[in-house]
Amino acid sequence: MRRRRFLFAGDSAAGQPAQEEAAIDTLLQGLRQAVHLILSLDPEVLEIAGLSLRVSGTALAISVLLGVPLGAALGLRRFTGWSFLRLMLYTGMGLPPVVVGLFVYILLSRNGPLGALNAALIPRLFTPAAMITAQTLIIFPIVTGFTMAALLGVDPLLRQQLFSLGATPWQATLTLLVEARAGIAAAVAAGLGRALAEVGAVMMVGGNIAGETRVLTTAIVLETSKGNFDVAIALGLILLAMALVINFVILQLEERFFRPL
Amino acid sequence: MSEAIFRLRNLRKEYQRRLVLDISYLEIYRGEILVVVGPNGSGKSTLLRLLNFLEPATSGEIEFMGHSIPPGAPVGLHLRRQVTMVFQQPALLNRSVLANVSYGRKVRGMPAQNGAMTRLLERLGLASLAGSHAPNLSGGERQRVALARALAFQPAVVLLDEPTANLDPYNVSLIEGLIRDLNREQGTTMVLVTHNVFQARRLGHRVAFLLNGQVVEIAPAEQFFTAPQDARTRAFLNGELVW
Repeated sequence: MRRRRFLFAGDSAAGQPAQEEAAIDTLLQGLRQAVHLILSLDPEVLEIAGLSLRVSGTALAISVLLGVPLGAALGLRRFTGWSFLRLMLYTGMGLPPVVVGLFVYILLSRNGPLGALNAALIPRLFTPAAMITAQTLIIFPIVTGFTMAALLGVDPLLRQQLFSLGATPWQATLTLLVEARAGIAAAVAAGLGRALAEVGAVMMVGGNIAGETRVLTTAIVLETSKGNFDVAIALGLILLAMALVINFVILQLEERFFRPL
Repeated sequence: MSEAIFRLRNLRKEYQRRLVLDISYLEIYRGEILVVVGPNGSGKSTLLRLLNFLEPATSGEIEFMGHSIPPGAPVGLHLRRQVTMVFQQPALLNRSVLANVSYGRKVRGMPAQNGAMTRLLERLGLASLAGSHAPNLSGGERQRVALARALAFQPAVVLLDEPTANLDPYNVSLIEGLIRDLNREQGTTMVLVTHNVFQARRLGHRVAFLLNGQVVEIAPAEQFFTAPQDARTRAFLNGELVW
């Protein structure tokens, strides 16, 4: 990856117009660099983007597999402790990533409650598995909470109407999930967005190790701190492009395949 | 019209210890149109919900098609699928008219559409709207979709909870005509709840007056309207306030 240091005009004695010119130049350089990095299939960028996709994708898949059924159950049923669970869930939706990162770091560190077990299934710190764990903890409440809210938004009479029309509980639940599909797609998209954009927790538990745990967001932080703004912008654009493509796929799936019975 | 499809015995329903339905005995005959009238809060809709097995009774027994169903006991799917209800406010799927109307058929594993269903759509003036987005329809059209959806899989019993409330005369006439015709042609048992005593007289084979959760009087329609036995029924039919 070509690295180039940019000096803003503000760093020297130049005036305001020169600063603006330099900033625009940086942006344009960033765009050019992004196109170049994408078209040249830069191996380092591909590796970083691939790891981002793998970590965020796995965290999202786990969160969707667990969160959508749980959110559906919470949206369709009332039981003792339901309000408390909802409160916890909504609080979880606003969890600061660094707090999650700290929590996972302590749990997985060599002397931590889980790390000390040294078991095969327990992820080790500074590995992609630790990053997946942290991201899952961050986005699981988002996917679950939005799914619950989507189902709470479906006309309550509709569920009774479906039973009245002869649907089994499973058929009725499936139909209601399809009815709430726009909200559930939004839940998945929000979870994906949070995972892809997340930097604090993955930095803490992943360590931003080149070739090991460096993902797009941590690479952007690193390149920015080094003054390689064009590379940072290029990585940012790649991140945005990934989000765009994945969200496009999610919406296509929502529109084409989740049809009611 | 002598065989009972429903028999209710000592049926009580309470919500938070408030008794809303208390029926000592009621038979609903196969193939009849039973109209239930009564003031607001008399338990009419609760009665329909119990008949549709949407919620359990607090005590008592419902006998349906020869099967006794005690309170809270699971109702077999084959029995539950013999009854359906048209709600006062139709809850439609966020899909096309055809998808809504065919829903009951699909959950039963029946083909989405057949000749009878096509005729039903034509009869209800919905054939040209089959591809339309159901929630965008007018109130009358939505209620017709709800009715078509309930009739599309030919259930033994259709429960109608004020199906023509807030509809214009054209839609009222259309829906009443269909209720009458399907009852006559297919022998579908209909239980209709309405505030409209004129509609009750037009449609009902028998009419029941429900007050405070109890059946005050039940009689053939003509007798119910011309010679009501109970003073409270007379007061209700005269438009007087009834407690």
